[in-house]
Amino acid sequence: MYDPSIIAASIINGLMTGAIYSLVALGLTLIYGVLHIINFAHGSLLMLCMYGVWFLYAQAGIDPYLALPLVAAGAFCLGYGLQRSVIGKTSHGRDEIILLVTLGVSIIIENIALFAFTANERVVQVPYDIDGIDLGITFLVVPQIAAFVASLAITAALWLFIARTYTGKAIRAVAKERQGARLVGVNVDHIFAVSFGIGTACLGAAACLLAPTFPISPQIGYIFVLIAFTVVVLGGMGSFVGALIGGFIIGVTESLGGLFFGESLGKLGISLIFILILLFRPTGLFGQRM
Amino acid sequence: MKKNSTFWLFFAVLVVAALAAPLAIASTFWIDFLTLTLFLAVLGQGWNILGGYGGQFSFGHAVFFGTGAYLQVILQAKLGFNPWAAIPFAILGGIVIGAFTGFLSFRYGLRGSYFALITLAFAEAFRVLATSADAITDGGQGIYITLNQDPTKALATLQFGAGNGYYYCAVIITVISLLIAFWIENSRFGAQLVAIREDEDAAEAIGVNAFKVKMQAICLSGAITAFGGVFYAQKFLFMDPNIAYGPVKSVEMLVMPIIGGMGTIFGPLVGSFFLHTLGEVSKHAAHELVGDRPGLDLIVYGIALVLILALLPNGLVGLIRRLFRREVSRA
Repeated sequence: MYDPSIIAASIINGLMTGAIYSLVALGLTLIYGVLHIINFAHGSLLMLCMYGVWFLYAQAGIDPYLALPLVAAGAFCLGYGLQRSVIGKTSHGRDEIILLVTLGVSIIIENIALFAFTANERVVQVPYDIDGIDLGITFLVVPQIAAFVASLAITAALWLFIARTYTGKAIRAVAKERQGARLVGVNVDHIFAVSFGIGTACLGAAACLLAPTFPISPQIGYIFVLIAFTVVVLGGMGSFVGALIGGFIIGVTESLGGLFFGESLGKLGISLIFILILLFRPTGLFGQRM
Repeated sequence: MKKNSTFWLFFAVLVVAALAAPLAIASTFWIDFLTLTLFLAVLGQGWNILGGYGGQFSFGHAVFFGTGAYLQVILQAKLGFNPWAAIPFAILGGIVIGAFTGFLSFRYGLRGSYFALITLAFAEAFRVLATSADAITDGGQGIYITLNQDPTKALATLQFGAGNGYYYCAVIITVISLLIAFWIENSRFGAQLVAIREDEDAAEAIGVNAFKVKMQAICLSGAITAFGGVFYAQKFLFMDPNIAYGPVKSVEMLVMPIIGGMGTIFGPLVGSFFLHTLGEVSKHAAHELVGDRPGLDLIVYGIALVLILALLPNGLVGLIRRLFRREVSRA
């Protein structure tokens, strides 16, 4: 049998990773909640942001955590532009067509990265990557703690932004009833693009938090798009709380799956949760509301 | 009736041209190019039956391709099957997986994007299983078919080495897939499938058993795609979890018919031809500038996909038809 302290350690590690998954999923759920677009390019946009972090680190020696505001701002502009110039322009018609358009965007981004950087893994090495806190049962390194705290802080900030600011109010209005919002003078196209931009900015932040612990390669977009979809579907499409809790559940599942079934088979847990939730509770744990 | 005679005309011209092509083309590079083009047209036709005619967009069609290919390799490498004897089992595998995934997805009423997502998850689940089941698949390192070096046994072992054998095999499976698509366009089953694509609720209201028709479509689609997997296995004599169930094949399979024209007989073939030509041209252009690098052909596919979705919802076949009609009406 497994020692309870090993299981506890595994759960703690899973929660740390889960916080980043929450942040990634938060962007996806925001885009879905407002635009009703299932953004398949989410994973590849995260990958692109991670290359941005690596580029700043390798070329200018900027610490990934200091780069966070810069990368998030860049990601916002990228997302805003992408929605305004590509996805918004082509998103007439059925939702599967939009899904295909975002798939096309993700193919382009992923292979541009493959073409430009090849399949070799890039690593961002911070000098404090083995410093940390000893909890007795497990040892948490600085990048883990930073990712956990920052993810929660960004989630809280985003929630405040949506709840308290005028733009946040407009986003909520568009999510609920886009025709009504248009009638009272909200610039819906702008709000669409802003939401897409914020969703992408979440990825920019997540990229900075992931970079010190996660080797970067063009293929990781696919890994993350599956995880992000699983989190969002589990939590409920469009639900903020759902994304947060779903992220933790998936992080812990992945960690425990690896412990009990080994590195390779343990990954099955995520796909299984995804399939089961889609089949039996497609609205997720926290329903359809934002 | 007139529509059908046009089909047979095109069909006959294509078959003759395809059979004669090796006489005119001496370069093995271009024969190989045509072989892979036809092979992907077959996979695309598999996707087209479910996605194009039935409107059920699968993002994980590799699950059928990989199962067909894996069975073809494993039955030979582990159980000593003759390649010919393995083919029916490989195709049956595609049908069984189709029935399994289809039953779960359609029974629980998954439509549109949700269906796309669950197929993606199935493919990923199979990728993980194939990587983990070392005893059956030899895990991540992949599994090989023993190479046959005796040219007299080429047909018995279905290994044709460098000759034109693979090309002719590709022509044969392309012809079969085209005939199946032709049958679908002209059958009651096909009409019901298209009705479901256009409006599932309305189709049910006029008495179409949507669940049954979609199940038949996914099984047929799985069979054709698994057949394509058999071809891949015999050509490359190797399979690993990423080739079998990874996202690249799933993407290629759906891009071909969407570019060519979803729900048309020749769409997958036209799309495959167009994209491969475009990919090859851009590879040559890039070769001059920066040397050989992976990814370029898929960049081209992605751009083509977005442009076609934005500008030509009926694909290239739709465009050709429109131009043709304009010429006819002008004359």
